Amino acid sequence: MLIIDCPYCGPRPEPEFTHGGEAHIARPADPSQATDQQWLEFLYLRKNTRGVFAERWRHARGCGRFFNALRDTTTDQFLATYRAGQKPPAVPVGGER
Amino acid sequence: MQKFSAWALFKEAFGGHQGWKSQYRRATPKAEYDAIIVGGGGHGLGAAYYLAAEHGLTNIAVVEKGWIGGGNTGRNTTIIRSNYLFDESARLYDHSLKMWEDLSQVLNYNTMFSPRGVMMLAHTVHDMQVIKRHVHANRGNAVDNEWLTPEQAKEFCPILNIEQNIRYPVVGAALQRRGGTSRHDTVAWGYARAADALGVDIIENCEVTGIRRDAHGAVEGLETTRGYIRSAKIGVSAAGNTSVVLDYAGVKLPLESFPLQALVSEPVKPIMPCVVMSNTIHAYMSQSDKGELVIGAGTDAYNSYTQRGGLHISAHTLESICELFPVVRRMKMLRNWGGIVDTTPDRSPIIAKTPVKGLYVNCGWGTGGFKATPGSAHLFAWTIAKDEPHPINAPFTIERFRDGLLIDEAAAAAVAH
Ligand SMILES: Cc1cc2nc3c(=O)[nH]c(=O)nc-3n(C[C@H](O)[C@H](O)[C@H](O)COP(=O)(O)OP(=O)(O)OC[C@H]3O[C@@H](n4cnc5c(N)ncnc54)[C@H](O)[C@@H]3O)c2cc1C
Ligand SMILES: [Zn+2]
Repeated sequence: MLIIDCPYCGPRPEPEFTHGGEAHIARPADPSQATDQQWLEFLYLRKNTRGVFAERWRHARGCGRFFNALRDTTTDQFLATYRAGQKPPAVPVGGER
Repeated sequence: MQKFSAWALFKEAFGGHQGWKSQYRRATPKAEYDAIIVGGGGHGLGAAYYLAAEHGLTNIAVVEKGWIGGGNTGRNTTIIRSNYLFDESARLYDHSLKMWEDLSQVLNYNTMFSPRGVMMLAHTVHDMQVIKRHVHANRGNAVDNEWLTPEQAKEFCPILNIEQNIRYPVVGAALQRRGGTSRHDTVAWGYARAADALGVDIIENCEVTGIRRDAHGAVEGLETTRGYIRSAKIGVSAAGNTSVVLDYAGVKLPLESFPLQALVSEPVKPIMPCVVMSNTIHAYMSQSDKGELVIGAGTDAYNSYTQRGGLHISAHTLESICELFPVVRRMKMLRNWGGIVDTTPDRSPIIAKTPVKGLYVNCGWGTGGFKATPGSAHLFAWTIAKDEPHPINAPFTIERFRDGLLIDEAAAAAVAH
């Protein structure tokens, strides 16, 4: 079980959270003008990174808020969590918080 | 190839069984092949076998980063069925189920296919409606599936709890009698042995680390941990790692890789004659020929490449199992493990050409591709050899996500193995 550091509430066990998939995916600015290819990229194509991955979590059974995290998908170790709307922080050296 | 038969067994007994040969050569990479398959799981080894056996391509290789069958092929719970909702899926999975039926004879290798019946439980009115819809759709597609009352379900699987006082009582079930299980490793080994006999090189401990392309963008060869290997045709069958491999050619896919766990109990005498699955309460169980109860459920919540998951997921599964099969409550679990499954948004696979010339992909089987191994391998080989899809896999493209032609088994079943 993962321990996830909610930027609002602090570290809590994984069952309190829901995973929201890849972070920083922007909706097409003018949806009615977006091509099928742009919708494909927005809706379905994913990086599925093997390594450091920016993702969304929601503290569903806590404060209820969405936030972002950097996690290494080869170890499941969290490198950082940060508030929605912020840019991902530079990855700390060595991976330890 | 040393043929297996009662006579061979008898003959080898005289030599104290010291005369059995290795099942396949430990090949080293040549400089160039006519086609290379990336990934030595059942799907990749099978594709190599059909390329050689049915399309006459014998100067080919399978490259595997670890050992063959060490991926999801050797980690899955081996449920085989074809009772999917949509016409495209019914054709695809039933093509495979039919191939399972004589696979042991075709490969001269006992894959231990056991059509013992797969029963899917309904616990709510919604389940009943969805499952009956499947039964009718399947019958329309000549796929066997029948509706059972709780009493009939218990008759088929006597250890099933059909008391109505549990949180999710059994209100009925669908039974596909032609479904069942097969021994997972044998599929990898059987295909490897048969492909090797036709001249296919099976190259283990050889990880693909790059894909080289020529000036026109077509594939030229593979960079691997055992050197550069030229080939103008490359078929990727790398399951959970497909996104990583296709990224080497700049192809982005609608895939996410999740851990999926399974566990087995201590072995006991036969208590369970069939496979029972419940999508609603996330649990399924069967009994292996060794006597272990084989148990699984849904994926972990987040994408990962770690081949392990959270204990709370397995604990949740076991709670459901104990309620459905009270007789197992005091049994000990022996092992649990995880594999990495590549899921698509509609939970249907992709067996297709890619935008890159000479590059083909077979992926997106997610939590349920073991059952499809022979059929998928057969169709992937066809697609690679002819540079066009077989009619059965023609709908299973990457472009269906752009064109709105999803084959939405996700909405139809929610969970499936
Ligand atoms: C716990 C669990 C239970 C499951 N239960 C069922 C079930 O009951 N029924 C069912 O139908 N399906 C089930 N599945 C799904 C099923 O296992 C898979 O869909 C299927 O086995 C995929 O086969 P494959 O040959 O494509 O993949 P794999 O066997 O995973 O083969 C892919 C191979 O590619 C190799 N590879 C990856 N990257 C590289 C690289 N860069 N270079 C070289 N080689 C590489 C890997 O090492 C691996 O051996 C389950 C899966 C899991 C994990
Ligand atoms: Zn919180």
